[in-house]
Formats: sequence, C-alpha cells, structure tokens
Amino acid sequence: MSEEPTLDIDYVAQLARISLTEEEKARYAKQLSKVLGYFQELAAVDTEGVEPTAHANPIFDVMREDVAVDGLPQERALMNAPKQLDGEVVVPKVIE
Amino acid sequence: MSSNLLNATIGELQKLLESGKVSSVELNQQFVDHIEKHNSEVNAFIFVDKDFILEQAKASDERRSSSSLLSSLDGIPIAIKNNIAIEDQRLTCGSHILENFVSPYDATVTTRLKQQGMVLYSGLNMDEFAMGSTTESSYFGATSNPWNTERSPGGSSGGSSASVAARFVPVSLGSDTGGSIRQPGAFCGVYGLKPTYGQVSRYGLVAFASSLDQIGPLSHSVEDCAKVLDIIAGHDERDSSSYPTLDINYLQEIQNLEDYRPRIGIPKEYFAHDIDPEAAKAIDAVIDFYKTKGCEVKDITLPNTDLALSTYYIIATAEASSNLARFDGIRYTHRSGEAKNIMDTYFMSRGEGFGEEVTRRVILGTFALSSGYHDAYYSKAQKVRTLIRRDFETAFEDIDLVLTPTAPTPAFKKGENADDPLMVYLNDIFTIPVNLAGLPGLSVPCGFTQTGLPLSYQLIAPYFKEEHLLKTAKLFEDAHDYHNQHPQF
Repeated sequence: MSEEPTLDIDYVAQLARISLTEEEKARYAKQLSKVLGYFQELAAVDTEGVEPTAHANPIFDVMREDVAVDGLPQERALMNAPKQLDGEVVVPKVIE
Repeated sequence: MSSNLLNATIGELQKLLESGKVSSVELNQQFVDHIEKHNSEVNAFIFVDKDFILEQAKASDERRSSSSLLSSLDGIPIAIKNNIAIEDQRLTCGSHILENFVSPYDATVTTRLKQQGMVLYSGLNMDEFAMGSTTESSYFGATSNPWNTERSPGGSSGGSSASVAARFVPVSLGSDTGGSIRQPGAFCGVYGLKPTYGQVSRYGLVAFASSLDQIGPLSHSVEDCAKVLDIIAGHDERDSSSYPTLDINYLQEIQNLEDYRPRIGIPKEYFAHDIDPEAAKAIDAVIDFYKTKGCEVKDITLPNTDLALSTYYIIATAEASSNLARFDGIRYTHRSGEAKNIMDTYFMSRGEGFGEEVTRRVILGTFALSSGYHDAYYSKAQKVRTLIRRDFETAFEDIDLVLTPTAPTPAFKKGENADDPLMVYLNDIFTIPVNLAGLPGLSVPCGFTQTGLPLSYQLIAPYFKEEHLLKTAKLFEDAHDYHNQHPQF
C-alpha cells in the first residue's frame, strides 16, 4: 500500500457487476482515488503480530437444537419476483 | 385533546391510555394527522400506511376493553426505519432497486414490538442502504431537519431522528453502522442509542456491514430509550452474532441515581480535532456538570482514534460490496427493462437501481477485496481494528464511561460537500470507533447554538454496560430541560 494505488474503474465495476456511464466512471475514479489516498495512512501502522478482528467482541461455534421449522411458503418467497411463471422466477436465456 | 399530546413521552402517553381519557385510535389519529400536515416539509416518512396504523390501534383498544393487554406499552406508537422488515409493508431501504419490495416476514425486533402491542409506523426515510450521514442519498428525496429545514437531520437514520424531533411519533428505531443513530440523534436534539454489538438481533435488518450494524432507539427521554431497549434486547437464535440475554431491566436501573457517580474518561484525541466552538463550549459545560455532581473525570488516551476512519471505510465498504451482491435483478428487486441477456440483467438492474453513494461504496469495497489488494486494505484494516478495540479495553480498566462530542459540528446545510465524499466521511470520526470496537454508545442532547441548532455529547460504555449510558445521561437530563424543547410545527 506504500505506493499511491490506481483504481482501474472498468475492471472493478466489472467485478461488482454494475454498469456505469463514461461520465460516472470518470467522476467515481477521481473521487475514490482521493479516498484511497487518505487510506494510505494505514500502511505506516505497525501491525506485526496483531490478530485481525473480523467481528467486534466475537463469539464462535453457535449451535442450536436441530429442530425442523417452516420456511417461507413458495408464494411468499416469490411475491417480489420481477417475472414469474408456474411458481418459478423467469430470467433471460442463460445458455445460447 | 390538546396538541401537547404530541409532546408527551411514552410514560405520559401510557398514563393517558390507562386513565381512559384517550383511546389508542384517538391517540394515533393525532400523530397521523400531524404527520399528514407536516411530512411534506420534513420528508421523514417515505410513505405512511394510515390503515395499517389505525388497525393496530383499534386492535389495542379492543384488547384494553377486554382486559387482555399485551403489556403496559400496548397502543403506544413507534416508527421503524425502512431497512427493518415489517411483514406485508414495503421495505425500500431508501433505494430504487427495492422501491416496490414488500417484506414477506417480520424482523425479530418487529416481532418483539408487536408482542408488546406497540403500534408500528413503517416507512421512515434513510440514506440509501444506510450509507450516508445526511439522509440526502435516499431515492425518495432528502429528509429535512425539523429545527431548520435548510439543514440535514443527519444520517443515515435521518427519518428516525426527524420523526421524533417533529413529534410525528414519540419514539423510533434506527440502525447504526458508523454513527447512523447517534449522529442524527445529535443533529435533531433527541437521544440515540447504539447498543453493544450482539445485544439486539439483526434478523430482518437489511445488512449494510454485518460486523458493525446494530438496531437501536431514538427518543425524547432516557426513560423512553430504556423502555424500548428492554423490549428489543436479548438473544435470538436466528442471528448467529446474538448474545445470551442479560438479566437486567434498564428501566429499573435508572430509577435511583442518588449514589451513582460514574468515573468518566475524556479522550484527548477527540478534542484535538476541529470542533465547532459552540459545540465545544457545550461539551465543556457538560464536563463541568459531571464534576460538580461529584463524578471523577479524568483525561485518557485512545491513541489509534485517527486511524478509525480509514479502517471503517475499508471494512464497511468491503462488507457492503458482499452484502449488496444479493440485489441482482433476478429474484426480488428492480429488473432493468432494457436487459436482453442475463449479464445485462445484473449490470443494468444494479446500475439503474443503485444511487451514487451506494455505487461508489460498492466499487470501493470490491476494490478493497480484489485480488492483489485484499491484504493491503481489508486484512490490514482488520488488524488496525484490533488496535482500536484494545485502546478502549485498556481505557475501561479504570473508568466507567468515555465522554466525547457526538459530531464535530451541528447539523450540516443540505448539499454541503455533495461532490466530496471524503469531506462527508471525515465528519463520522467520533462515532465510528464505537462500531469498530462493538461498544454501546448514546448521544445526549445538551443545548442549542445561537441559531437554534441542537448540540449533543456522546457517552461510550464497556460491552453490555448500556445501564451506565442510560444512568449517566439521566443524571444530566434530571438537571436540564433541553430534551423537552421542540421545533415549531
């Protein structure tokens, strides 16, 4: 992180599956490079031997009784689907 | 019935209902009328489902007349931020991508409030997916501060804070990932409590950053805050980060403070920042108050405070980029009408559905997790997070609470720094460390600027010591009248 990072906006937007206009790409790239520049301060921090914190105040291996409970009924699970047919979500053709 | 019903605390409303002077339908009708008259000036609610509200009130009145009340809070209104699920109500998260989404189930907090018979008001406005400090990133338009409609109510729970300040409801729920309950509480002159991570179930809260998010109340009084916390706190097996229920009643805890004199730490790193002079003066007066009360007040150090901002924005955006992957245009969100194939469906539905700030943060988080940068950003931030947590653990060895400003300034002007996200992020510096450490924090009203904007201080307690926050705030509340002042509506 010691060098000023460059955010390849085309590549990262591709990873994030978000379409952006050329104007948005230019604007976000500029704003985010400023933010990343600020993040450089972390590079200088000595974290040798420090454990990472994934969760604040962590608890692990949470178990519950293995009891069957009802899930959402099919019609409830589908009630917000943008397109549906015969109890299934309809999507554009995936395989040509 | 007079208009001062709107100014009442939960306790006063409970007495009115108990006395039979007013029914729950009459009481809720007054709040609904007030909302319908003034919401256009504040935009605290994205939508108001009057039938839903009055049906609940009617059911409460029926329980009262058949002596089958569910609790002493039966029939009392509470409004819910629109990222917390209420069955068969819209759950927009302030976003176009969920504009028409209707929740098929209740969040755990919603279930608990319903079990008490409380009357739920859905639709509180918020920054899109809770990402923001101004409530200006909502797809449904910005919320205004009831104290001055040129100003922001704070964010992301700006609808939650503005609705309480405008007396649209006596109490509300918000969510806090980096200050999103406490900072809007501060900007609107109401209490805002972020409980300890794990204290309140996150089941049914639409996830922004799962290791940081917590639900909590905003209210006019410490007592109201305690009453709501008593309901929503406690173990839930549907949230794997939920903690065992504590054997404590917060309302009982705040009853007798005669001998309660907490040891308060003042972290020098917070006061080294640029703080608005009027805000700084108000904090000095608060510190003097506690000293005069006989509390031990001492200077402390939290040396890694200044690293919290970078740490937070890496961790929060990384978690957000992962959490928001579920909004894909396929199963339950907006789907682009232009998309011809499956890839277009993902790209265009998300491109159209997410607003500017959400897009920016998803991009930033995706970058921080991407191959080649993961260690330098995400892993590094997780380690610095440990240092920040340790700072507090060390400090709490000989104090009960930390006292800081809630925000460096009173409420921002709307549109301020619209083109400079970093400037907006920098204002979160006092609230963010609390989320990184997982601690409980409370913002407390403590005065007004000369132009009439609310001022606030923040109390931070050790893990699961919410009673210290509430008791210490109550000491101050009992000697002041700021919480009883309301904007003109």
